[in-house]
Amino acid sequence: MADLRTDFLGIKSPNPFWLASAPPTDKEYNVVRAFKEGWGGVVWKTLGEDPAIVNVNGPRYGAIHGPDRRLLGFNNIELITDRPLQVNLDEIKRVKSDWPDRAVVVSLMVPCEEKNWAEILKKVEETACDGVELNFGCPHGMSERGMGSAVGQVPEYIEMVARWCKAHTRMPVIVKLTPNIADIRRPARAALKGGADAVSLINTINSITSINLDTFSPEPSIDGKGSHGGYCGPAVKPIALSMVSEIARDEETRGMPISAIGGITTWRDAAEFIALGAGNVQVCTAAMAYGFKIVKEMVDGLSRWMDEKGYSSLSDFSGRAAGNVTDWQFLNLNYITKARIDQGLCIKCGRCHIACEDTSHQAITTTKNGQRHFEVIDAECVGCNLCVEVCPVENCITMQPLAAGAIDERTGKAVEPIYANWTTHPNNPMARQAAE
Amino acid sequence: MPNLAERQPDIAAGRLGADDYARNFSDLHPPRSRHEAFVESDRCYFCFDAPCMQACPTHIDIPLFIRQIQADNPGGAGQTILESNIMGGMCARVCPVETLCEEACVRNLAEDKPVKIGELQRYATDFLMVRGEHPFTRTHPTGKSVAVVGAGPAGLACAHRLAMHGHDVTIYDAKPKPGGLNEYGIAAYKTPGGFAEREVDFILKIGGIKIEVGEALGRDFTLAELKQDFDAVFLGMGLAGVNALNTEGEEAKGALDAVAWIAELRQAKDLAKTPIGRRVVVIGGGMTAIDAAVQSKLLGAEEVTIAYRRGQAEMKASLWEQDLAQTKGVKIMHWAKPIRLLADEKGDVHAIALERTRAESGGLIGTGEIVTLPADMVFKAIGQTFVPAPLNGAGGGIKLTGGRIEVDEERRTSMPGVWAGGDCIAGGEDLTVAAAQDGKLAAESIHRALSS
Repeated sequence: MADLRTDFLGIKSPNPFWLASAPPTDKEYNVVRAFKEGWGGVVWKTLGEDPAIVNVNGPRYGAIHGPDRRLLGFNNIELITDRPLQVNLDEIKRVKSDWPDRAVVVSLMVPCEEKNWAEILKKVEETACDGVELNFGCPHGMSERGMGSAVGQVPEYIEMVARWCKAHTRMPVIVKLTPNIADIRRPARAALKGGADAVSLINTINSITSINLDTFSPEPSIDGKGSHGGYCGPAVKPIALSMVSEIARDEETRGMPISAIGGITTWRDAAEFIALGAGNVQVCTAAMAYGFKIVKEMVDGLSRWMDEKGYSSLSDFSGRAAGNVTDWQFLNLNYITKARIDQGLCIKCGRCHIACEDTSHQAITTTKNGQRHFEVIDAECVGCNLCVEVCPVENCITMQPLAAGAIDERTGKAVEPIYANWTTHPNNPMARQAAE
Repeated sequence: MPNLAERQPDIAAGRLGADDYARNFSDLHPPRSRHEAFVESDRCYFCFDAPCMQACPTHIDIPLFIRQIQADNPGGAGQTILESNIMGGMCARVCPVETLCEEACVRNLAEDKPVKIGELQRYATDFLMVRGEHPFTRTHPTGKSVAVVGAGPAGLACAHRLAMHGHDVTIYDAKPKPGGLNEYGIAAYKTPGGFAEREVDFILKIGGIKIEVGEALGRDFTLAELKQDFDAVFLGMGLAGVNALNTEGEEAKGALDAVAWIAELRQAKDLAKTPIGRRVVVIGGGMTAIDAAVQSKLLGAEEVTIAYRRGQAEMKASLWEQDLAQTKGVKIMHWAKPIRLLADEKGDVHAIALERTRAESGGLIGTGEIVTLPADMVFKAIGQTFVPAPLNGAGGGIKLTGGRIEVDEERRTSMPGVWAGGDCIAGGEDLTVAAAQDGKLAAESIHRALSS
């Protein structure tokens, strides 16, 4: 049985599944329910200064659904906790004392003044919680007041606040990053420079889930008006994976602990983030959609997969994918694939044909000897993978690499046995020529 | 007082409670909700050159209408269906989809579970009909007139298409109500709630169509008169004759023509007053046999047996229909042909003697083994025939093939100015959807002829 215990910045938890700072972690009642179900830790919903903020009194959430109402993407315009600071602090203290084996990290957001941060950190330290997470990510509401993503979008602010926090507390400091920025590496580097112990990402993405075509109001709608909210859920996972990978492979931030967030719904999602180097993962939307019990699937799934792979602890595979993320220019141009359609699995829907015919390379037939038959024309196939992705039958179409020396019928050339990328390609005006 | 003697046929009405009748004859496939339609439509792969579309006799653009449902555009979906088949609502209810579109669905190859095309078609067409919107408009009147004989699926489809093209259409039908087999032939539980009538009303909304009911060709008017009074004639009068069993005792009381009985049942105001035998034997292997047998069972018959002279594979009723019958408690007896109906002294049938058969060198031979089934009622459902007599003297001018009207690809008969379609033509398939296609093709051909 694989060991799922994690030690993130010295914060120990029985598994890498933490609940992210959000409604599920807003109060003791919810957090205790989560711990009973088996969550490894929580990041308490963001605390601010009194008087507590107020939330809208209408819909806070919007969503994108699949045809069977599966939640594919989720969005919210909720702000930080709307309960008095002391109520939260008392509950945090009690929860940490009652659940000493679980991680309890507290998310914070106060105005960008050193004294404000110093003050709240002192109060939070008294709860004996395990660490703090600086909410520089919240993209709505708070950002209009100079907090949340308004800080996260300015690397200098991140560095400054991180430095204040490190100066005023002995607790580990995690900086939560907003994805609403052009290059995620810059805020991460700033956090590192400011002395932060880790980053967590991604926070939610600016979004409007839909426009109501009867009222012309954005959704979620508050009295006919809407404000952009933060997008999350399964739809954002690919964005989060990319951003995590950028930080994991950046020369300056490589090795900096990462707590990964963004659409994590199953054990597999978690394993992927850990493979990119995340030390643990944070979950919110999946819990909000299905309740806390989902952690049982996550723990069991991850553990079984690790057992099958022979990994006894998370460190056995953590970061294994990070080195495989590279720049386009370094991809091997001598890696040549052709699509192959397994005629035994083919159900003859023709999706591969029409996708290729209308939008790509006209490389899939429709008939053979007068019969409906879909087959790849190697002389046209560029190996783009479109047919694989539109085929409704898993593994019916696969991409097969051509062996070195084989003739690529499209180009008429033999496949070169060596790795060669754009940097040395003759079409590249900037190509570096090997010395004579 | 009823005679309770042993041989008294046990034929009675009111075998069931009122709720049982209502339940038994309610919708076989209740309509799908919007959410169900979303989920089911998501299963459609939007195939290239979709096999389902090719399998549909009217070539409805099935992937497109399903995508329209998926995009919450049921009205557009309905119109896509009706553009190819104006009887799309009825076809959604009665088409043997398991041998047409759904049989062709690629999901059969993937998982043996086709997209429920028929149910989705019903969802879309119901949407339009409930709204009462007729999605087509008539073009400017051409001043040409066309006579249509028979207000069944072929005639109505033909009339609608002609009216859309601006021609004036008069439909003549011998029955008191239009609709043909949709109104008089289909099992009640497949089209409850007066759907056939509503569909006719819906079709007539195009305008330019007049229906004359109670008017029979050869009795009230002649083909020659139609040819004289109209610019073109379409014949869609169906099959008026039924095959005889040619079996001893056929004339016994209680031995009925299934087609006529089904028609009577469809028009029955109160099913509880419809008498049915306690033991019923149906002779035949097609849809009519199934419809008669199942409805007998639903009316409260205790034992219902379909006797068919060949094996299951030869039955014209689809496997799905056979399953339906068996699920309802009908026993299907293969390889048995009727040789004698046994009647009592008053002439009431009380049993049927069947001989076991087997196939031998392509033919069918009796084995000599006799099985006698007690029967209070016997239904004859062994096929219908075209009755050419009403074509009058002109009958000689219209060529028949295999006893039915011969037509070309455009549904032109051998007589200039006369088209035909539906069950009365050679190759007619006994399907609403095929008749609708005939009517549509004939209308386009007539339109071309009248426009040139």
